[in-house]
Amino acid sequence: MTVTGARSTWPRARRLAVAALVCCLAACTESASGELVLQFWAMGREGEVVAELTRDFEASHPGIRVKVQQLPWQGAHEKLLTAFVGDATPDLAQMGNTWIPEFAALGALSALDSATAASPLVEKEDYFPGIWDTNVVDGRLFGVPWYVDTRLLFYRRDLLAQAGFAHPPKSWDEWREMLVAIKRLPGAEHYSILLPLNEFEPLLLLGLQQEEPLLREGGRWGNFRSQGFRRALGFYLEMFEKELAPRATNTQIANVWNEFARGHFAFYITGPWNIGEFKRRLPQELQGSWMTAPLPGPEGAGLSSAGGSSLVVFADSRRQEAAWKLIEYLSRPDVQRRFYALSGDLPPRRSSWEASALSGDLHAAAFREQLERVEPTPKVPEWERIATELRIVAEQAAHGGLSVDAAAAELDARADRILEKRRWILEREAGQ
Amino acid sequence: MLPALLMIAVFFFLPVLAALGLSLTDFDIYALVRLDNLRFVGGGNYLRLLQTPLFWKALGNTLFFVIAGVPLSITVSLASALLLHSAVARGKAIFRTALFAPVVTTLVAVAVIWNYLLHTRYGLINSLLGLAGIHPVDWLGDPNWAMPAIILFAVWKNFGFNMVIFLAALQSIPEELYEASRIEGATGPQQLRFVTLPALAPTLVLVSTLTMAGYFQLFAEPYVLTQGGPLQSTTSVLYFMYEEGFKWWNLGSASAVAFLLFLLVLAVTMAQSFVFRRWSEP
Repeated sequence: MTVTGARSTWPRARRLAVAALVCCLAACTESASGELVLQFWAMGREGEVVAELTRDFEASHPGIRVKVQQLPWQGAHEKLLTAFVGDATPDLAQMGNTWIPEFAALGALSALDSATAASPLVEKEDYFPGIWDTNVVDGRLFGVPWYVDTRLLFYRRDLLAQAGFAHPPKSWDEWREMLVAIKRLPGAEHYSILLPLNEFEPLLLLGLQQEEPLLREGGRWGNFRSQGFRRALGFYLEMFEKELAPRATNTQIANVWNEFARGHFAFYITGPWNIGEFKRRLPQELQGSWMTAPLPGPEGAGLSSAGGSSLVVFADSRRQEAAWKLIEYLSRPDVQRRFYALSGDLPPRRSSWEASALSGDLHAAAFREQLERVEPTPKVPEWERIATELRIVAEQAAHGGLSVDAAAAELDARADRILEKRRWILEREAGQ
Repeated sequence: MLPALLMIAVFFFLPVLAALGLSLTDFDIYALVRLDNLRFVGGGNYLRLLQTPLFWKALGNTLFFVIAGVPLSITVSLASALLLHSAVARGKAIFRTALFAPVVTTLVAVAVIWNYLLHTRYGLINSLLGLAGIHPVDWLGDPNWAMPAIILFAVWKNFGFNMVIFLAALQSIPEELYEASRIEGATGPQQLRFVTLPALAPTLVLVSTLTMAGYFQLFAEPYVLTQGGPLQSTTSVLYFMYEEGFKWWNLGSASAVAFLLFLLVLAVTMAQSFVFRRWSEP
């Protein structure tokens, strides 16, 4: 996608006014003593803890100061877009890696290929390939992975053993068998797995595990009627039809950990943040009976999503080199190990995992294995919206309103409608 | 006169015109990058909205909320005002404050509390229903019950406001009228019908117009409680507009939604004032 081109000059005057105003407010970026001041935006928990790392960075790089601004996740995407419109982007920022195609299409980000090639600290080969790939748009690199987030199985070993299985599922067939067996276990009314209907991830993961891509022809059309996706959708809906999964959203299940502890379900697909939550919230006597496992795939070991955040430099920054230095520093394995200790976020580099508390963590082992098998979502700016439609249609189908084929056709129709403008722009570019 | 008109022009007509202009384009994230990615689409946004099932669903949800919620809200306000106003009521000040309290509390805070009350398995409401032998209702998770739950919540949250207005109106009804009607031998219900309600008519018109306009703009309750779900049964027109504009940056399309809602509320309000005028003319 090369919609970048020259930035428009429209309403230049207004943008300058906004920029001037922001400058005045942010007490411009040259401090009194003449040292550089880097504006760094980070979100949520990361924004809280990163200041500790930037302090050490300042100590080893006299002449550069880092001002961290924390954004709440809730409004982060909106704020970054607004900053771009108002010419008030920071020098660098943390960015959810699914947003990168969008901001790259806007021309808001600096390409980092040459900087990476010349850097002794950022070694591409050391990164989990699927995670690295999320930052590459049209063959150019726009971000460096900072931490990774993928989803896999959290399960109850005791319930699985009760149903007669000694190990977690290795393929869909085996998984299906287990789900049915757990549903049949005696006791109070219960299910086998929780697939919250307000999340698109569970179905998305099953779709990512297929041969066929989710969008076709360079992200011009939906590809949900492909054989692979329909198989994924069929498996997903089967879990609701057979009452293996409750038709419920996360908001209805006020306390997932309580319900998991009560045996209301034995499998839950979720991310690394829940390792800490499970340790904290599950009762002591259950601590030995829960475990994590990589996702099973249709034929064997399965793929999962390549989520997480990257560090990006903005094209408008006048301090590109200093910003890159900070990215290099935050990419050092020893710094990433400290970052993990502070935040619990999983590092994106293999060498950061070694010799850290992570390498001995029983529950993290499945994540380490899964990270070698992760797949980015389609890299089009419209993806987030298509994923939302995926959730909406899946919810309708799970409630019994649509067959597999009807849901797949509906998804393609919606995706094609959302991608209409992208097709128009690509066509116009091809014609130029 | 002129300054007032100028203010109205700048702060009302100008934004409306700007929204109208914006709604005729496909302004989106691509148009942010380069203005030549902006296409004039004329009535395209409107046509597409009228073909979007979710827009109709949102409109239906909003109408359901208005048609069920407004009369209920006004009935509850009026009933509680009459109760508080009656001569036999004790502790008026305390009750007035208690019933008005939800109006001034933060919506988000009380929504969280209601979320607990409405919980399927541990919620107080279902426990009480259980005592009465009624099966638990999945209030916020069942598409058939989510909107009624939101209506209950919204009515509880703001009936106190109209109640206070009714109370003020009740207190301004001259006592002589009641005395005269008692001498004529009117019973309590007759007093209500022939003295109280006619005297309240202008207030009733005001309150129902305001409540109607407010209820059409349902947004915060589903935003906090259900995020428009389950199965989009609580997606209101305004919630739909918010997602279209601020989540997806389709500002052209979102402006078209705003404009359609504006026209709808305008039409309903005009119809309402027409009916009331006919009704109040002898």
